[in-house]
Amino acid sequence: MLVPCTGRVEEIMVLRAFENGADGVMVVGCLEGDCHFQVGNLRARKRVERVDKLLGAAGIGIGRVRMVNLSAGEGAKFVVHATQMVEHIEKMGPSPINQVRQGWEEKIDRIDPEQRVGEQA
Amino acid sequence: MIIGNAKPLEQIIEMLDPFDRIILAGCNGCVTVCRAGGQKEVEILASTLKLAREAASKPIEIRPETLERQCDPEYLEQMRPYIDGYQAVLSIACGAGVQFLAETFKKTPMLPGINTNFIGVTERQGEWSERCQACGECVLHLTGGICPVTRCSKSIFHGPCGGSVSGHCEIDRSVPCGWQLIIDRLNALDRLDMYEKLRPMKRWRQSRDGGPRRIVREDLTQ
Repeated sequence: MLVPCTGRVEEIMVLRAFENGADGVMVVGCLEGDCHFQVGNLRARKRVERVDKLLGAAGIGIGRVRMVNLSAGEGAKFVVHATQMVEHIEKMGPSPINQVRQGWEEKIDRIDPEQRVGEQA
Repeated sequence: MIIGNAKPLEQIIEMLDPFDRIILAGCNGCVTVCRAGGQKEVEILASTLKLAREAASKPIEIRPETLERQCDPEYLEQMRPYIDGYQAVLSIACGAGVQFLAETFKKTPMLPGINTNFIGVTERQGEWSERCQACGECVLHLTGGICPVTRCSKSIFHGPCGGSVSGHCEIDRSVPCGWQLIIDRLNALDRLDMYEKLRPMKRWRQSRDGGPRRIVREDLTQ
């Protein structure tokens, strides 16, 4: 998802990603002190930290959202951070939301297709 | 404005345990400004609660609504067409809003999603502090615009107590002594004579000592 500045990233955007099935979210902003809008990336970091706490309190787990600061020229570093994030999330496993949803899907799959109601062939 | 802050999420989740279809009601008034109960907070709380409940395999349906104000009947009436379709309302307005909702819709449980703290000001983004305790008889014209009821931890009316040390209150070194502030201010205004003048005792009956208060203005009532 592209935004003009991470200062545009609000808590609800990150939460919606989890509602929509994300297992983790990484917010990548400019280097601290380099924000074109002065404090956009600093605000984003605080919001990310707030969402992290909310997700912890909601039982989704702390550490599924992370803020990283990189310059536009640090492609290699981006790869490192993205890889670390993916490994970290894989270690944590699917979000509890996805585990519950997966459970439902498996239950639905076990139902005899002829007994299913409201499902198009 | 009235300042509030969010209740711990765990407490809200516990309150909502018996319900699976609720309205989450915010307020566009004071709690929007102090970032406790406006439209943004409604969206964030609704999303967080849905995540929490789905993760616990107890999904909840939440209708997010933000009223212009929850302390005026005409805005509460906007909820009447749909409120019966929900089991409860979680309000993140101030305590006045939650109570007014409860009085207006007697069959629906009303739950508070924030703690209402005080009447105060925005010191800077994200920081608020108390300025008024609504004592019912303002004395700011006598005290250099600094309220002894609110700014003095003991709400005393006759100058700093023995707990005032180097301009700070004994309850906490980070709290300025209210009476030190008043005297410094009167001094700066060259009005220390205001401090020396004897005044009748404050009528606390106009504050909470007189029970719940009511103002009726016959020139406005219909």
